[in-house]
Amino acid sequence: MRLLIIEDDREAVAYLAKAFREAGHVADQATDGLDGYALAREGGYDMLIVDRMLPKLDGLSLIRSLREQGVTTPVLILSALGQVDDRVKGLRAGGDDYLPKPYAFSELLARAEVLARRGAPAQGTAEATAYRVGQLELDRLSHRVSRAGQEIVLQPREFRLLEYLMRHAGQVVTRTMLLEHVWDYHFDPQTNVIDVHVSRLRAKIDRGFEHPMIHTVRGAGYVLRTDER
Amino acid sequence: MSAEFAAPESVFARFQKLFRTTAFKLSLAYLTIFAACAFLALGYVAWNARQVLDDQIVSTIDAEINGLSEQYNAGGLRRLITVVERRSREPGASLYLVTTALGERVVGNVSEVPARILERPGQVEIAYARGSAESAEHRAIVRIFTLPGGFRLLVGRDTEERDRLRAVIGRAFASSLAVVVVLGVVGGWLVASRVLARVDAMTRTTRAIMAGDLDDRLGVAGNGDELDRLALNLNLMLERIGELMRGLREVSDNIAHDLKTPLTRLRNRADEALLGSRAPEELRAALEGVIEESDGLIRVFNALLMIARLEAGNASAIVAQLDLGPLVRGVGELYEVLAEEQGLALDVTAPDGLVCTGNRELIGQALANLIDNAIKYGAGGGRIAVTAARGDGMIRLSVADRGPGIPESERGRVLDRFVRLEEARSRPGFGLGLSLVNAVARLHQGDLALEDHAPGLRVVLSIPETTGIVPDHAAGGPASPSAI
Repeated sequence: MRLLIIEDDREAVAYLAKAFREAGHVADQATDGLDGYALAREGGYDMLIVDRMLPKLDGLSLIRSLREQGVTTPVLILSALGQVDDRVKGLRAGGDDYLPKPYAFSELLARAEVLARRGAPAQGTAEATAYRVGQLELDRLSHRVSRAGQEIVLQPREFRLLEYLMRHAGQVVTRTMLLEHVWDYHFDPQTNVIDVHVSRLRAKIDRGFEHPMIHTVRGAGYVLRTDER
Repeated sequence: MSAEFAAPESVFARFQKLFRTTAFKLSLAYLTIFAACAFLALGYVAWNARQVLDDQIVSTIDAEINGLSEQYNAGGLRRLITVVERRSREPGASLYLVTTALGERVVGNVSEVPARILERPGQVEIAYARGSAESAEHRAIVRIFTLPGGFRLLVGRDTEERDRLRAVIGRAFASSLAVVVVLGVVGGWLVASRVLARVDAMTRTTRAIMAGDLDDRLGVAGNGDELDRLALNLNLMLERIGELMRGLREVSDNIAHDLKTPLTRLRNRADEALLGSRAPEELRAALEGVIEESDGLIRVFNALLMIARLEAGNASAIVAQLDLGPLVRGVGELYEVLAEEQGLALDVTAPDGLVCTGNRELIGQALANLIDNAIKYGAGGGRIAVTAARGDGMIRLSVADRGPGIPESERGRVLDRFVRLEEARSRPGFGLGLSLVNAVARLHQGDLALEDHAPGLRVVLSIPETTGIVPDHAAGGPASPSAI
């Protein structure tokens, strides 16, 4: 993907650009709000990473202006403020995701990749009524799941968890992303509670099959990969 | 600069300070008002007394004129002259003068009278001279009466008494003014310096406190006056500030102490990785461990910041209507599997319609902390009961475990930051969970209570119920997968 990082901390922006490049992406940089706005308006980016506090034009105003100009590029907001209602304010301004500082790069990368994929016009996955990854099938309407023709009975929450993993098949999703999108909670769960849920789901999906589909990515999260080689 | 020069200057400065005091200014204002009142009262008395005396003089003159005109009617001019001559010589006599039509003196005890006065009959006040040796320095009220044949009769009374009265009143005014001024200045000075002495003492004490002697307190005279009330309130304020500062110091001490351990661990891991020659996988594992440790530290800082912000009272975060029933069930469901892993059963009882005004994430976080604690410390105790119920205008969210519980004497302390009981030291955690729950409760105008569950611990988070408003179910309801 091609992304633009708008962040005034030069050291941070250089580190982020390098890290994204190493992950196989193209990263442009801007260090103030006006430059960032100009670059973002020209378009051609799959996603934008915008710091909230920027010189010349603050992050939220920048996003608002972009949205008014009809720029729909997905935006991930970075914020050092971490106030209780910051996330809501950021999303209200037109941001698509929000990450408080300090963050782990793996978290940022996973979220950026998911956002960029969502913004891609070719994929209308959000509207899909059924997903198929390898031999694993999930039907949103009938609430049925099967792998290699074998029906798998899931609890409602397990179903949603699998649905999210399948929608983002091949992409790393973090524990926080799962908590946010499957449970709609934005707080620190204190423990490895998400791991327990995933391992239960994994037991149902992968047990008895030669190739596991749900993989743990160390230091990042989980990824669902096809079982067909 | 020698002390001799310094001394008068300080006296001058002291006077200057005295003059600037409110007490002195008030005394001065009262002094002016009293002086003005005395002046008005005396003036009124003087004016009235003069009026009375004038009336008396006029009526005396009238009586004399009546008598004389009777004499004149009975015996003519000759008789009048005789009577006037006799009366003029009596001691304390009135003033008499009889002149011809041309103003020539015929008889009387007045030597000199302005001629034009005699030409107009009626009552008038004049200056006159008694006897020929004197000049016109007495004043009198006189009445001129024209007799048949053009003769003029003047009868008058000296106004000496009136002048004496004026002098007496003037002296009285002057002396009373002097007394008022002296008393006022001295009284004002006494009051002001008394007040000033106390205010100076208070100033000295506050300076000492500002300089670092935080245990000093303002003196209280014990008479319950306004300065005492002020001093008492300031002392209470100092007490509160002292408490807060002690709390702050404790917290920062604890932070320093409790963060040293993980930081040391972090450093040791990095150090270890540098020792000898390591395989790339080993280095990678070491780095991952380092990142894990720093993530833990970041979480601690986030929790600390969150507690601080909640305690600062960001009320804008709690504006939404929220049904706690679905929220409690949702969080319960999230942790149910974790409890099962630990061999515990998590029973959740939470009906719909428990509406409060609150922040879903904060209350969710609080619940998560409580349930996580119950799972951590209630291990081996079988059941954890999570219930939500209303009562007395509050919604009570309670989490009860069958673990070892917390002794009553420790229950207040565990709400403080970084406080961990001995039994908990071996387990992961930083002792911030309950502090955060407590801060969430306070932000929502609720409270947090730790109770004996005999055996075990029951933690009750109470939040005021909001009634009469339809809840926004979307905000508190079970999560729906979002589009991302």
